[in-house]
Order: sequence, then C-alpha cells, then structure tokens
Amino acid sequence: MNHPAPKYASNEGVAEAIRAALGEVIVDLVEAVGEISVTVTPEALPDAMVKLRDDLAYQQLMEIAGVDYPARAERFEVCYHLLSLTKNHRIRVKVTTDEDTPVPSITHIWPVAGWLEREVYDMYGVVFSGNPDLRRILTDYGFKGHPQRKDFPLTGYVELRYSEEAKRVVYEPVKLAQDFRSFDFMSPWEGAAYVLPGDEKAKPEAPGAPSPVTAGGEKK
Amino acid sequence: MSIVTDERAPETTGETQIQNYTINFGPQHPAAHGVLRMVMELDGEIVERVDPHVGLLHRGTEKLIEYKTYLQALPYFDRLDYCSPLAMEHSYVLAIEKLLGLEVPLRAQYLRVFFAELTRICNHMLNIGSHVMDVGAMTPNLWVFEIREDCLNFFERASGARMHAAYYRPGGVHQDVPLKLLTDIAEWLDTRLPRLFEDAMSLVIDNRIFKQRNVDIAVVGKEDAIVWGFSGPMIRGSGIPWDLRRSQPYDVYDRMDFEIPVGTNGDCYDRFMVRVEEVRQSAKIMKQCLQQMPEGPIASLDRKVVPPRRGEMKHSMEALIHHFKLYTEGFHVPAGEVYVATESPKGEFGVYLVSDGSNKPYRCKIRPTAFSHLQAMDFMTKGHMLADATAILGAMDIVFGECDR
Repeated sequence: MNHPAPKYASNEGVAEAIRAALGEVIVDLVEAVGEISVTVTPEALPDAMVKLRDDLAYQQLMEIAGVDYPARAERFEVCYHLLSLTKNHRIRVKVTTDEDTPVPSITHIWPVAGWLEREVYDMYGVVFSGNPDLRRILTDYGFKGHPQRKDFPLTGYVELRYSEEAKRVVYEPVKLAQDFRSFDFMSPWEGAAYVLPGDEKAKPEAPGAPSPVTAGGEKK
Repeated sequence: MSIVTDERAPETTGETQIQNYTINFGPQHPAAHGVLRMVMELDGEIVERVDPHVGLLHRGTEKLIEYKTYLQALPYFDRLDYCSPLAMEHSYVLAIEKLLGLEVPLRAQYLRVFFAELTRICNHMLNIGSHVMDVGAMTPNLWVFEIREDCLNFFERASGARMHAAYYRPGGVHQDVPLKLLTDIAEWLDTRLPRLFEDAMSLVIDNRIFKQRNVDIAVVGKEDAIVWGFSGPMIRGSGIPWDLRRSQPYDVYDRMDFEIPVGTNGDCYDRFMVRVEEVRQSAKIMKQCLQQMPEGPIASLDRKVVPPRRGEMKHSMEALIHHFKLYTEGFHVPAGEVYVATESPKGEFGVYLVSDGSNKPYRCKIRPTAFSHLQAMDFMTKGHMLADATAILGAMDIVFGECDR
C-alpha cells in the first residue's frame, strides 16, 4: 500500500514473538491494515502487559480506547495502544468485557493508565478493579449514564441553562425543536436491507448494479 | 499596621498547629490556558498535592463524529487543538487514507508537510509567548504574536479561514495554493520570522529572571517521561530523542533534513528551549518543501473518494454524479481499525479509527497529547511553590479543546 500514513518497523516476526511470550492467554491475534491486534483474557492482562513491557520492549502506553459493540455478549472492547521506543513499533492489546465484569487495572505498570481508565469508565461504564481513583473525568459533576455507549442518544437526556428566577444553573429534560434527523445513506445498489418500492414486480437479479447486457454479450 | 494582643491569650508562637489548606486554581485563571480547575493542597506556599479537574470544555466530539460522514467529521478536528488546527486534521486524514489504502499525490504531501510546519510555528508562538508571560515577561509575547498573526494570514490565504482551516482532505488537500502565497511565505521565512523571533528570544533565553523561574523547576527524568506517556517536546525535554516525524515518517517527512533538539535536565527551561529550536527547524523544513515541491495534482484522482473540481462538473455528467454522491452519502471506508499518530506541535496526537464498512466512522477515539501530560501535573508540581505551577503548566503546552474533546 502506498498510503502516506506513518511507517514504523515491520511486523515481521512480531506476531510469533508475542505468541511465544504470552502463550495461552491469547484469545485472538490479528494482523490487519498493517497493525497487530492481540486479544487476551482479562484476568491475564496485567501479567501480559508486564511481559510486553519487559520482554518485548513496549515501554510506553499511549492510549486506552473503549469501543462498544452492543450486539456482542461481551459488548465492550478495551484497546490498549502500546509503543516501543527502542523497536519503533506499535501494537494493540484488547480485552473484552460487559457492563458488570471488571477489568484489572494496569495503573501499577503505567501510572498514565490512571486517567485513561477513568475516561473509559466515564464514557462506557467499564469498571477497572484496582484503579485507586476511578472517578468520572470528562463529564459534568453528578452526570448520569455513559455517553459513548451506542444506546446513549446523541442529544443526551438533560440540558442546562442559567435560570434568572432561581439565580443558578438548572437542569431540564432535553426538548428538541425538531426530531433528530438520521438519514439512511446506504445506497440501494449496495445491498439495502429492504425491497425498494416497485422492485417486487421485477424478477430478482444478483446483487450489484444491473447490467444491460448478459454475460454472453447479447442485450437484455 | 498595629498588632492587637490579648494579654490573657496563651503564648502561641512556634506552637501553633498550621493546617494545610486547599485552593482552587481556575477554572477561570488566565495562566490556566483555558478552563482548567486544579484543586491544590498547599502547605504555606508549597504545593503538596494537585488534582486537576478536566472536562469543563467537553463537547462530545467523539460522539458527534460517529453521527457524521467521514468528510463532515473533519472540521471537528480543527476545533480540538484550536492553536494548531492543521496538525489535528493531519492524523485524521492519514487514518482514513490508511484504511482506504489511498495514494496521495506528491504535491499534496508536500503541501501538507509545509502547512503542518507552519502550524507548528504558529502553535509554538502562542505557547512561547504565553509561557514567558506566565512568568512575568510582557514584551516578547507581543512580538511573537506578530508572527502568529502572519501565520494566520497565510492560513487564510491558503484555505479561506484563519484558524479552522479544514484544508487537509482525505486524499490530499482542498485546493492548490497561489504561487504568490508560496513566494510571500518564502520571503517571510527569510526576513520577518528570524528577525522578530530572534529579537524576542534574545530578551528571554539568557534573562536572569526567566531562568530563575524555569531552570530546575519540575525536573522529569527519562524513566518518568516514559511511564507517564509523554511525547513531543515533553519527552524531548527529558533527553529522549523521539520524534515521530523522524522515527515513523508520514507524508514526505522522510525526505526532509532536520534536527531533533533534546533537553539535558528535563526541566521547564529545557522544554521551552526545545520549542524554540523546533521553530528554527520547522522553518528549515518549510524552506526544503518550497525547494522540492513539484507541480501536479493536489488531491488523489480517485473520484470515489475525492470530489471533482468545479470546472469539471460543468461539462461532465460523471463528475456531477460523483460530486452529488460524495456530498450526500459520502465515501465508504472498508471495515477495519487503525491507530495513526502524528507529531503534533504538542506531542503524539493519535486517532484510533474503527470502521464498519459504512460511510460513518463506527468509533473515532482521539488520543490527545494534553491528557497524559496534565496527569503528570501532580508529581511534577509536588514540592514546588504555588507560583511555579504556572511555569510548569506553561511549559506543558496544554489546550483544553484537545484535552477535553
């Protein structure tokens, strides 16, 4: 691929090295779009991180990102992005969890994880056991809910304004002047999930744009 | 002032119990560089503990992006770090291009590097100016803001907007720059920038008061810088020569010849000096871009991603259809996930983009630089005086649009 995105050291041999170092705690190891993602079991996460830091020289934890897949049984994915300064390489370590199961904290390995875990907790409600200071971080004091979950509405539930009568900020349920607009942008030629009006009369064709000629070359 | 004493009161000198007290630094403090509330526990004037409360500028950018097409989400990146808007866009467009496997024409890559470096100068002017003002100097700030004003004028001439440029696009840049702009910037790099900048720095660099306020303040060793996730001038100030432009080059940075300044002590003065030298190196990179920049298209010719030019649409039906499709439905990005980090003026700015194959990002996690730096505020400030907190904060270069998202 000739894309201009950052080029770091090659992935060659890295997957084998990770397999050798972590062993049976690996649930899944994927190499896609030039990046290595390794999923581990949550219980083994702290040990795996220590091994990755000490044996494979991934010294820095740059980011912890949560992702929500509501359709899955374990709906949350927590992605740790590690950077090796000496090998000039990046990998991603993932664990999956649900609303109730805590993920072991790694603040004792990288203190920077403290705020990053707080953010995932704030945004998704993933609990990190062992984090000494698991408070909300980005949302308002006294906020309810976890805004990055896919079932949390974009507009939220409450809005606030300064009330001249009460001489303070008041919270009220969100009132929208018009309904939230969500367009169906998926084009019908790329596999809409419904039958377009009028299409039920035509005889079904293979997916994709209809071709004016048949494979043999004669016109339809 | 007279002191009223009560004869019957017990002798208290030397016996009084002095209690620590807690103060609020911010959220509306001019030296907090935005809306930062720091709950500080003080023992006299010595800082014992700092608890930064962030999120006062949280606008839900990541959530909003999930409801926009890839192109509509781009201007949100300008509004993250509003002091270096183009550096924010850079990570995002590179992430999309990596997922699409999209090739970008050489001229577009040069233009992106060129304006990324101009953004770096612009950002460092703001930081250097406000840092020296936080510790008491006034004049240099006014001078470097002259430079910043020039930079903003250049952005306006290139993109039409002074700050929120939305100039980088997936596949290239939005439009070509006029030749006069490039010659004007070349002249500016040779004359006005060095004169104003070196003048301003000559007032600061060897200034006794400035050194008293910054040298040996908040020393961060190499190990601490690594475990706290530092990047950019913060990690280089601690003596680690780590620069993503050099180690993980993107666009045409691998063709550029520049040096990476590093600090020796890891104090606020080193971090400041790293930024000062980076301005000179950025000017050097910009000059190389001007020398090497080829003619050619400024965006990919893949019409499934990059919309056609207006003139083309006047006579080509195909172009009109492409334009309509791209500005209503947008382009689809193949399913996958990437983490792309670039060297923003403040450090490693990353975008973790998860695509489900549709025209909207499934998840776009933004890795701000300020988040990990500000988290280290507690251990960096511990044991220093209250007045040092502003110097430490100034040397961190924090902007809350980015920190709070």
